[in-house]
Amino acid sequence: MTTPLVTATGLSKHFEVGGGGFFGLRKAATLKAVDEVSFTINAGETLGLVGESGCGKSTLGRLLLRLIEPTSGTITFDGNDITRIGRMEMRGYRRSMQIIFQDPYGALNPRMSVEDIIAEPLVIHGERPGAETRRKVTEMLGKVGLPARALDRFPHEFSGGQRQRIGIARALVLHPRLIVCDEAVSALDVSVQAQIVNLLQDLQREMGLTYLFIAHDLSVVRHISDRVAVMYLGKVVEVADKKTIYAAPLHPYTQALIAAVPAQHPAQRSRGRRQRIAGDIPSALNPPSGCRFHTRCPHVMPVCRERAPELREAAAGHQVACHLTDT
Amino acid sequence: MNLLEVRGLTTAFMTGRGEVNAIEEVSFSLKEGEILGIVGESGSGKSVTALTVMGLLPQPPARVAAGEVVFNGQNLTRMSDRDMQRIRGPGISMIFQEPMTSLNPVFSIGDQIMETIAAHERLSQADLRKRAIDMLDKVGIPSASKRLDDYPHQMSGGQRQRVMIAMALACNPKLLIADEPTTALDVTIQAQILDLLMDLRDEFGMAIMIITHNMGVIAETADRVLVMYAGRVIEEAPVAQVFDRPLHPYTRGLLECVPSLTEDKPRLVAIPGTLPEPARRPPGCRFAPRCSHALPACSEAIPGLELLEPAHAVACFRAKELAPA
Amino acid sequence: MSDVADAEGIALKREHPARATLRRLFRHRLFVTGLLLFGVIAVIAITAPWITTADPQRLSMRNKFLPPGEAWVFGTDNFGRSLWSRVVWGAQLSMIIGASVVGLNAVFGTLIGALAGYFRRLDNALMRVNDALMAFPAILLAIAVTSVLGPSTLNVILALSIVYIPRTARIVRSSVIVLREMEYVQAAVAAGAGHWRILRHHILPNAMAPMIVQLSFLFAYAVLSEATLSFLGVGAVPPTPTWGNIMAEGRDFMREAPWIITIPGVALMITVMGLNLLGDGLRDVLDPRLRIQQ
Repeated sequence: MTTPLVTATGLSKHFEVGGGGFFGLRKAATLKAVDEVSFTINAGETLGLVGESGCGKSTLGRLLLRLIEPTSGTITFDGNDITRIGRMEMRGYRRSMQIIFQDPYGALNPRMSVEDIIAEPLVIHGERPGAETRRKVTEMLGKVGLPARALDRFPHEFSGGQRQRIGIARALVLHPRLIVCDEAVSALDVSVQAQIVNLLQDLQREMGLTYLFIAHDLSVVRHISDRVAVMYLGKVVEVADKKTIYAAPLHPYTQALIAAVPAQHPAQRSRGRRQRIAGDIPSALNPPSGCRFHTRCPHVMPVCRERAPELREAAAGHQVACHLTDT
Repeated sequence: MNLLEVRGLTTAFMTGRGEVNAIEEVSFSLKEGEILGIVGESGSGKSVTALTVMGLLPQPPARVAAGEVVFNGQNLTRMSDRDMQRIRGPGISMIFQEPMTSLNPVFSIGDQIMETIAAHERLSQADLRKRAIDMLDKVGIPSASKRLDDYPHQMSGGQRQRVMIAMALACNPKLLIADEPTTALDVTIQAQILDLLMDLRDEFGMAIMIITHNMGVIAETADRVLVMYAGRVIEEAPVAQVFDRPLHPYTRGLLECVPSLTEDKPRLVAIPGTLPEPARRPPGCRFAPRCSHALPACSEAIPGLELLEPAHAVACFRAKELAPA
Repeated sequence: MSDVADAEGIALKREHPARATLRRLFRHRLFVTGLLLFGVIAVIAITAPWITTADPQRLSMRNKFLPPGEAWVFGTDNFGRSLWSRVVWGAQLSMIIGASVVGLNAVFGTLIGALAGYFRRLDNALMRVNDALMAFPAILLAIAVTSVLGPSTLNVILALSIVYIPRTARIVRSSVIVLREMEYVQAAVAAGAGHWRILRHHILPNAMAPMIVQLSFLFAYAVLSEATLSFLGVGAVPPTPTWGNIMAEGRDFMREAPWIITIPGVALMITVMGLNLLGDGLRDVLDPRLRIQQ
């Protein structure tokens, strides 16, 4: 269970924004969407990745699959460095790593039939469309709980939950090892969301999948994950197994995030009882100096404004980036 | 007397497939200072209910096919556009899900708040400005007098929602309708906004109708809850009752399918099937095709909302026999 | 195996999306009206050799200025040529020019737009050239080009293409930029698809709708501009029968023989109005932004 399948070391992605202008004369600002992030995902586990908007969690997911090229740092997959390999070599790895998207409407090409959508990865990897691909697609449809008569339908004929099942079938048809679920259930109604969460868990067990589960909903992440990483403005601030991180979070941001989740019963109303963090999330274009959370942190110390804390092991398997625990 | 009384409200839309009822026979009431939560998933009709009360649905294609909305003793469903405009603002006002598109990008937020006040009260420019600053202060915008001349794009999503709330409250409404007010916001900001709404209710004593798909938001804010499914109210009860003794199988499913933040569940209890589109609703009880307790009779007639326990109404033929002891 | 088979709502009967689009188009009143108007002109243009008897260029000074009547359906012009023949052959030339400009735009506008929108490195270079061409008023640029190349039908086609391709390219580019970021394109990249496959399967088919709408309006512009160019004397050389030429000649006899300028004018109006209605209908039905609102 503890062989790392994916390792990211010092991974960064900086975007130049606002540059260009006539003949590219205007100077661009740098957005550090992901900044020096290191973590591992073990084979067969689900790593939950949570954070609020602009924290870089989606960018990180896409970096791992090299849908976006990293600015610096390395990614290893199954022991091989895939950070700088060429397009053709990368194609071999793409069989093993897939992604499921948030938007069930934008994730499927409206002009392709369900069969063509799910068969496309097979065709890209050299299979000729025909009886064999049709058999595989039908089998995948069965696995995700859709009938074979869905084959020649088009995406607009399906509900949001059904489209998400089609997206899952497309991701799984090559029998990959790693799936990045990028807010895969966030756009769905809760009653449908539970179906898809169950489906993802069943498929993980059946096909031995490893998940990076990116979401902003903390209770869904707790349910599906083995370990959880928390991001804030491009940095991973805390990583631990799920029980520890939800029961005894060390980073003030993780604490605030969990305290902000609405109660699950009116008797546990949080107003006036739980500590709130004030203020808004700063812009990633102009992040605070030192620890990026210091502008909102209730425990801020002078050192927090000057020096960014490093992600360190606070206990076995529990990493945190905070000066409070750095003593 | 109830502040708002909605009786048998049915709103229909003209579509390519003929006229379709978005909501059917919706009845509820709201007392002064009360927070009513309306919860439902997509297609439940919760937003259409709010927009019908506000008289904000374009007619056509929409049409109030039956029922009435009585606010403060006045029947809004039969009111002219002009009279309705006088109700909006000082009577009922509304905040929306998307604070980015609800504010006009070419005017400063101060102008927009002042315009709202000026539409209903004759005040000097200086007084208007004072009121606007006062409102921004109340909704927790720091250094309000400086931010007054800012434009919407200079503010964060949470601040824009605060500005929307300031605008909605500028004329001291008796009822505030909040349609998914925190859905577009991050969880730490959501907590701030929900706190703010509760604080403002305590301060101004207005009633709030909060519309959401999130049971957590209901648990945090509502006094009483209306659960909607496929255009109909299927359960109504005080908030603790809904969470402790949900009587409708759908309400029970809705509570069970949310994962917990504290305990491990091996597996989520999912409700099978898909939410019906308004034009393709099943006959009889709308929930019957997805209900594990459905009997053949459930698909034949639509169960009405009946008081099963004090203040606790449910629309289910089998509610009594399935009720927990 | 999943415990919830989610088969609800997947109807047994199905309709191919292309068929559904056609069905919606033919229910659109404006589209059908536009198609009829344009269709009449197109049929006349195609059947020109069979529905005219008189040579449109044969002079007959004896028969000049005959008003429309039984012998001469549309009357005759100042040289006694059959106006019917001239207008019908003019229709054919308008259609040839319109279709050629649309064809060249479809090929080169798509190519340039797709390259600029998809490969962002080419974008700046291609679009600056585009902007420069678009900075000139369309008709002035067309006049400039035909003056350099010399007046002829082929040169009119070239000139109008040079004028309109940048505009088409811009429209294609903006849809490609939006489509490039769609998650289904990302999914194809994640599956290992190459640029060619992504363009051909995922981007271009979805960029077609706004493109078709634009091309139907472009046809109208091309017909109108061609008439303008010949009217100004920089289009096809007289005595070639084009609507612009006929109107230019008829202008001097507006009092005595108003039919000479009116008839080609009405033909031009029918064509342009038909195409515009057609384009409006296509836009209503094909443009996804409007479709979502319905």
